Amino acid sequence: MSSLTLQHIGIMIAQNPIVRHVSLTLASGEIGCLLGPSGCGKTTLLRGIAGFQALHEGQILLDDQVVSSSTTTQPPEQRGIGMVFQDFALFPHLTVAENIAFGMRKASSTERRLRVDELLTRIGLPGYQGRYPHELSGGQQQRIALARALAPRPRILLLDEPFSSLDAELREKLALEVRQLLKQEGITALLVTHDQQEAFAMADKAGMMYQGELLQWETPYQLYHTPRHQLVADFIGHGVLMQGTVNASGSLASPLGMIENSALLQVAAGTPVSFLVRPDDIVMDPRSRLRGTIKSRGFRGAHNLYTVALPSGIEILTLSPSHEQLEVGSKIGLRPEFDHLVVFAADYCELPGSWQLPEAQTP
Amino acid sequence: MPQQFWRQTSLVLTAVVLGIPLLVICWSLLDLLVSGSETLSHLWQTVVPEYIRNSLALLLGVAIGVILLGVSTAWLTTACRFPGQKFLSWALLLPLAMPAYITAYTYTGLLDFSGPVQSTLRSLTGWGFGDYWFPEIRSLGGAIAVLSLVLFPYVYLITRATFLQQSATTIEAGRSLGLNPWQCFWRLAMPLARPAIVTGTTLALMETLADYGTVQYFGVTTFTTGIFRTWYGLGDLNGALQLAGILLIAVVMLMLIEQWSRRAARYDQRQQRSAEPFRLRGWRALAAASVCWLPLLFGFLLPASQLLSWSVQRWQIWQSAEFWQLAGNSFLLASSAALLVMLIALWLAYGRRQVNNPVVRTSVTLAGLGYAMPGLVIAVGLLLMLGRVDQWLIALSQDWFDYNPGLLLSGTLFALLFAYSVRFLSVALQTISAGLAEIRPSMDEAARIQGYSPLQVLRRIHAPLLRPSILTALLLVGVDVLKELPATLVLRPFDFNTLAVRAYEMAGDERLADAGPPALMMVLVGLIPVILLSRAMLKSSRKALKEPEFV
Repeated sequence: MSSLTLQHIGIMIAQNPIVRHVSLTLASGEIGCLLGPSGCGKTTLLRGIAGFQALHEGQILLDDQVVSSSTTTQPPEQRGIGMVFQDFALFPHLTVAENIAFGMRKASSTERRLRVDELLTRIGLPGYQGRYPHELSGGQQQRIALARALAPRPRILLLDEPFSSLDAELREKLALEVRQLLKQEGITALLVTHDQQEAFAMADKAGMMYQGELLQWETPYQLYHTPRHQLVADFIGHGVLMQGTVNASGSLASPLGMIENSALLQVAAGTPVSFLVRPDDIVMDPRSRLRGTIKSRGFRGAHNLYTVALPSGIEILTLSPSHEQLEVGSKIGLRPEFDHLVVFAADYCELPGSWQLPEAQTP
Repeated sequence: MPQQFWRQTSLVLTAVVLGIPLLVICWSLLDLLVSGSETLSHLWQTVVPEYIRNSLALLLGVAIGVILLGVSTAWLTTACRFPGQKFLSWALLLPLAMPAYITAYTYTGLLDFSGPVQSTLRSLTGWGFGDYWFPEIRSLGGAIAVLSLVLFPYVYLITRATFLQQSATTIEAGRSLGLNPWQCFWRLAMPLARPAIVTGTTLALMETLADYGTVQYFGVTTFTTGIFRTWYGLGDLNGALQLAGILLIAVVMLMLIEQWSRRAARYDQRQQRSAEPFRLRGWRALAAASVCWLPLLFGFLLPASQLLSWSVQRWQIWQSAEFWQLAGNSFLLASSAALLVMLIALWLAYGRRQVNNPVVRTSVTLAGLGYAMPGLVIAVGLLLMLGRVDQWLIALSQDWFDYNPGLLLSGTLFALLFAYSVRFLSVALQTISAGLAEIRPSMDEAARIQGYSPLQVLRRIHAPLLRPSILTALLLVGVDVLKELPATLVLRPFDFNTLAVRAYEMAGDERLADAGPPALMMVLVGLIPVILLSRAMLKSSRKALKEPEFV
């Protein structure tokens, strides 16, 4: 159990900055998650923490001890970090037991056997000691890879898109199982993924990376409900960005009507802004003066996701329970209901005044 | 990083050293273009047109032969089911175990005037000498027949892999649109397999161009025999070099054709399910079986039994110490060459894995080009260069120590090992690269992060995983070295004989039966890669596609 701190790190590969100015902190036992589209530098960041990539600037601390800086890189084998690879990287010539015990170099053979048995039971594959990796399904291989990384009791565990090669159903189930396992073992872990469901299911802290920069590093709840960056708002969850203007009395004039919210108080009057409208920010209300035409309906199981066109032509999303079927083309009334309004300057990506580089935050 | 820089430099240097024989020949060609040459213009007026005519006729004949034999057998064994189809599908690789010149010797033994065929014919009909016409095997036609029978498995192997990959739906769509099996073959399977057929055929033609033993024995004057004659007969090294240059151009043209055919068409078919085979019955099954049995019979069974009968007839040879000395020489040479080639291949393959930049990639590819070069071309280029270096060494040594060390490089096994490395590196390189590709970089990292140093990763992960590839590479190179004739003939040290050279000498002295034991030994050893190949082929059709270049 260790804490992990990244301070303004940058990584260059072949003269290209892949990771820029990233800072974050994971306290002991926390599970962190880096989200982002492919090519955003999240895997490179992970490899930097593991010690496979040298830093160009900044430093990485494990328990307040510098393991990487722009001048020194401690070799990966001396860091005591565990890693689960995207392709699992199980050793095909070793059995499951040998794979899991591979990193327990100093342990006695009894210790190894006990630890292997314990982990196999925990991951729900008891009795698989003698199998070879090619005899296992994808989900089983994934669990063995996890057990192998956990076996030597690493100081922290890194997971590089660990579920990406599995099918969606298995993915969610495993994500929860893995979270439970990590919590049981009390391991600090950092996960990289492009799947937000996975991130929400697993993470205590989450952040989104874009073009090498970490845009936000907070709880998944904050990431979803109070994104600090248009890109975060765009990437995470469903939603539409709308334009509006803040007037002298501090209300927002928008295609949804006048909106009042505490978030608008710090914005200067007359500022054009864009704001985020989530499907759950809009409720259907037959008495509302705001009317719209249903353009399409997407069945999502428990509820339907409607795309509604406002008279101005702007389309927004809204949810309703799936047993009340509304036909495409019918007119409905809508009422905005913002718990927290997320506002960005219209011409710039960031919330005026409140944006800063995500300094290493103490929990 | 300076370490990286030295690593890269050493890799490039390895490639350049391996490329020396080719560079020498290219240089002589350039020389020819710039200054012109009397020898060649003399050769050009006398023998070169004949070489060209014969070589072209040979290439054309072999191309037709291998395509006919290879494609028909590949289609029948993959798309049809008939008695013996399973056995035939791997047995059709057996002719690869026969060096072409050995097959040529056996057919001469079988078909010449005193051979069993003509003797039987005479005793049946009562004819005497000159009463009847019998085809002469020692001719251009004979060479075409022999080379086609030995080389068709190249086309068979590659085309077969393509036929197996052709998805069921393609053929089923054809059937549903009203095509019968024959029309499916001509209108779907054949066009889809065209790139594979071209690749297989060019491989066979490269072997044809490299062949010396067969054409020499059959008295067909081609470039290889021409190089030999110009050099040893006329003592004209420059002429030989320039002929080798022309041969090299022909080979490069073949390689370009092959590249072009690969680029021209790539038909990727996702479907894994292979097509439902046509079940043949009655006369159709019989016809299919005989089409497949005939190449096997004439390409392997008949020549092999002739060798066997010679070996039994000359059983005393098996007991002579001299024969075993010869066999020992051959195996020692083969295994040391295999070891050397394998080490170079490991060095290059790891270099490409770890210093993966365009310079290194190009160097490694260039180092692997030798497989396409006829052994004789490599030998000629190498001997010229090493001879120069030797002269220089001798002069130096006499100046300084007043001692003549003799031909240190060109007169020793060094030259042979060098030539084998150039010629067979790609065999080992491909095998080892394929093995190395199975070890994903993430496995290295997984071991590193679990506390293993790079050297320990090499020992615990790479060594066990790479062992089969290394063994295969050793075997394939060893067997190739054992069978290689022209380069050995030119570069072997004085009084150093191998099985291949002995068989060649015996046949040249019209003592065919005495060539039996060494030839049989080579064929038996040659069976090893065929067995490996057939096992790989049966295991996965996908893998077989990469395999042909190993042979």
